[in-house]
Amino acid sequence: MSNVVEMKNITKIFPGVIANDDIDFNLKKGEIHVLLGENGAGKTTLMNILYGLYRPTSGSIFINGEKTIIKDPNTAIEKGIGMVHQHFMLVQTFTVAENIVLGREPQKGLSIDMEVANAKVREISEKFGLKVNPEAKVMDLSVGIQQRVEILKALYRGAEILILDEPTAVLTPQEIEELGVIMKNLVAEGKSIILITHKLKEVMSISDRVTVIRRGKFIDTISTQDTDTDHLAELMVGRKVNLTVDKQTKEFTGNKVLEIKDLHVLDNRFLEAVKGISFNVNEGEIFALAGVDGNGQSQLIEAITGLRKIKSGMVFINGEDVTKYSSRKIIEQGVGHIPEDRQKRGLVLDHDLAENMILGYHYKEPFTKKLMMNYSEIHKHAKRLIKEFDVRTPSENVTAHSLSGGNQQKAIVAREFHKDLKVLIAAQPTRGLDVGSIEFVHKKIVEARNNGTAVLLVSLELDEVLALADRIGVIYDGRIVGSLDAKDADEKKLGIMMAGGTINKVEGGEDI
Amino acid sequence: MKGEKLIKKIWNSMKFPLIAIVLGFLVGAIFIIASDNSPIVAYQALFQGSLSSFSSFGETLYKTTPILFTGLAIAVAFRTGLFNIGAEGQYIVGAISAVAAGWYFQGLPHLPLIIAIVISGALAGALWASIAGFLKAKIGVHEVITTIMLNYTALHLSNYIAKAVLNPQVLEGTEKKAHTVSLTDAGKLTKLNEIIPQFEYSSAHTGIFIALAMVFVIYILLFKTSIGYELRSVGKNPDAAEYGGINKTKNIIISMAISGSLAGMAGAVQVAGLLYKVSQTPNMPGYGFDGIAVALVGQNHPIGIIFSALLFGILSNGSRKMQIAGIPKEIIGIIQGVIIVFVAADQMSKILEKRKKAKIKPKEGDEK
Repeated sequence: MSNVVEMKNITKIFPGVIANDDIDFNLKKGEIHVLLGENGAGKTTLMNILYGLYRPTSGSIFINGEKTIIKDPNTAIEKGIGMVHQHFMLVQTFTVAENIVLGREPQKGLSIDMEVANAKVREISEKFGLKVNPEAKVMDLSVGIQQRVEILKALYRGAEILILDEPTAVLTPQEIEELGVIMKNLVAEGKSIILITHKLKEVMSISDRVTVIRRGKFIDTISTQDTDTDHLAELMVGRKVNLTVDKQTKEFTGNKVLEIKDLHVLDNRFLEAVKGISFNVNEGEIFALAGVDGNGQSQLIEAITGLRKIKSGMVFINGEDVTKYSSRKIIEQGVGHIPEDRQKRGLVLDHDLAENMILGYHYKEPFTKKLMMNYSEIHKHAKRLIKEFDVRTPSENVTAHSLSGGNQQKAIVAREFHKDLKVLIAAQPTRGLDVGSIEFVHKKIVEARNNGTAVLLVSLELDEVLALADRIGVIYDGRIVGSLDAKDADEKKLGIMMAGGTINKVEGGEDI
Repeated sequence: MKGEKLIKKIWNSMKFPLIAIVLGFLVGAIFIIASDNSPIVAYQALFQGSLSSFSSFGETLYKTTPILFTGLAIAVAFRTGLFNIGAEGQYIVGAISAVAAGWYFQGLPHLPLIIAIVISGALAGALWASIAGFLKAKIGVHEVITTIMLNYTALHLSNYIAKAVLNPQVLEGTEKKAHTVSLTDAGKLTKLNEIIPQFEYSSAHTGIFIALAMVFVIYILLFKTSIGYELRSVGKNPDAAEYGGINKTKNIIISMAISGSLAGMAGAVQVAGLLYKVSQTPNMPGYGFDGIAVALVGQNHPIGIIFSALLFGILSNGSRKMQIAGIPKEIIGIIQGVIIVFVAADQMSKILEKRKKAKIKPKEGDEK
């Protein structure tokens, strides 16, 4: 088979960082090729170069054997390259067809010929098995369908080569399966696909070949059938990784540490995002809330941690009513919080690491005495945490900005675990982390649980939920639609509930 | 090793302001040549007129004093993410309160009276700025709008007080004047020429030492206390600050109050050191706006502000000497403008760069 894309000796240097160091990559016609690597390895940079968003510092690109300089995305599209970004770029109030033809509208005189547009969209969607209604408004569609629209948009522009950037991050397990089928269809029709991911299971189930890059360097290209997840993890991280979480079953004391009663919370648009949620988390237990993004998880966490006003309902910590407490008073109850958006909430990126590692208890001794901060203590503290939690940084004096995502997360975890934790609220604690860091964060969460901390885990990753939780609740549209014991849960049951289904009633799962 | 790093850090933060200053003088030179004059003559006059002797340096110092305060005031607000355009108004209320305090406490001996005057100016400025801080924190009115409005309110309030409350006619029974009563001698700051005679005729006064002391206080406050830590955190990332249990509302008000107190002090010190009274006027004094430029060029750092205030002091004092040498004084305005444009451009490019990065890499926390 011929190579449709050949990238040779690609190097991309950003000021101070070599994002891609002499990388070779080739894509054969009609294959699904995974680009695998930890976060910060340089996957997206490499693909942004192919799509014309960046120019390589050196190296050359061949499309269908012909040397090509891709100076911007328009050139890329002309050459038949389409990219579906992780964050969709759709006009919410437009219909599917309007979005797809945007910029290349079929015209009738001065106006857009919507009939032709709809027909064309229908034609492409049938050809590739991507079912959508061309006349539906994008805002009414689920995330999975929106993604199809993005793929259709690329196909409409004549894409022969599709780049999908972490496409499964926002999907339910069922949607991921459907995406797999769609990708197989596309390949059968002669398209070639590059899939960026760091999820090993997807690699094994979908791809033909894998290219692994680590820290900007090319490691290997292998056929999927010749490898397994353990081997891939090792290539990706550079050492052996333990993919399963070591967690002993244990007896629970049944002491309710965190109690949520009929909580109602509004979102920024003053619409009700949390619609009456109740649950308890016991001492030494991990209670996981599974669910697709945007079902009220963020507002729920912000409400519990005092960052968002509670409309009605109550929150108790160790029996104390903390519903109206400020965020500082809640922290003082022994609540640790790993926020879902580490750059927005978790860190002051322009502060140095040492100053970040005291955020939340900065005003307490030994860091502050009578308003004066003791910087030698603060630096000592930071150095200790950096060592203990293996935060990779030149020193504690650099800004949090200069750390990679994984190390930023480690810094937050280190800071939060330094508290005397009664409750730990971990929102997507491993989002965007590489396999090695995931292993580490999981270990720490289980450690906290074993020490008696009540852990509320909110995660979009079912693997994570299943690996860590003692008990699982599923959140959908601002409500908990079902909860079950971790040992009774599997991906299928949770997946159906996450999509709003009611399998729990049929299969006898308990309601809360 | 550590010293090297520190020097590098200082150099990095000074690099752009220095380049901007050099460019400012170069562009100024072009205009001087265009006006058929010699830039060498002009700049010689500028620096001789502002630095060559004790007395000329003294003149520079007294020009530096108020903008050192206001520059510091604006920097404190900037550090908390607030744009205090109201230093003008805070300066005005500080000045008028200084006269009031000088009258009210006129029996006191020199030092306590000076302290009373400066503190009353600081309090008035703090109070005035807190109005904007409060409105921002509680109902989200943008501080740029409120502080600008408060500038005019302050100006007219001050004119009214000068006319109807602190006027010599009211307090001393003399005829009506267009200004307030004057401070008594005990309420005046010592002139530097009384300490060091070489300062001769210059108007420099000990207010510069109060200003320098405030630089030190603000430096400690910002970088060594938990108050400063919280202010800076709110400024750099209010969401993260909130997450860390820091009360955003409270810190916005505190920041505005500190900023206002410095601008108010500028007014009080200007009255106690130089003017001794407040005149009715239709014009803004301008020190508040100059303070914005001083803060910008000083990179919002207390130490940097000492140098940038001094630079603006030199320019403003030297311009008179340049004029005597036959060079239009507008040249100084051009130099100042160019410096500000370039420093602002540097900041803009930093902001744009961040935006661009965020756009191309929509994925949170991914490859750098």
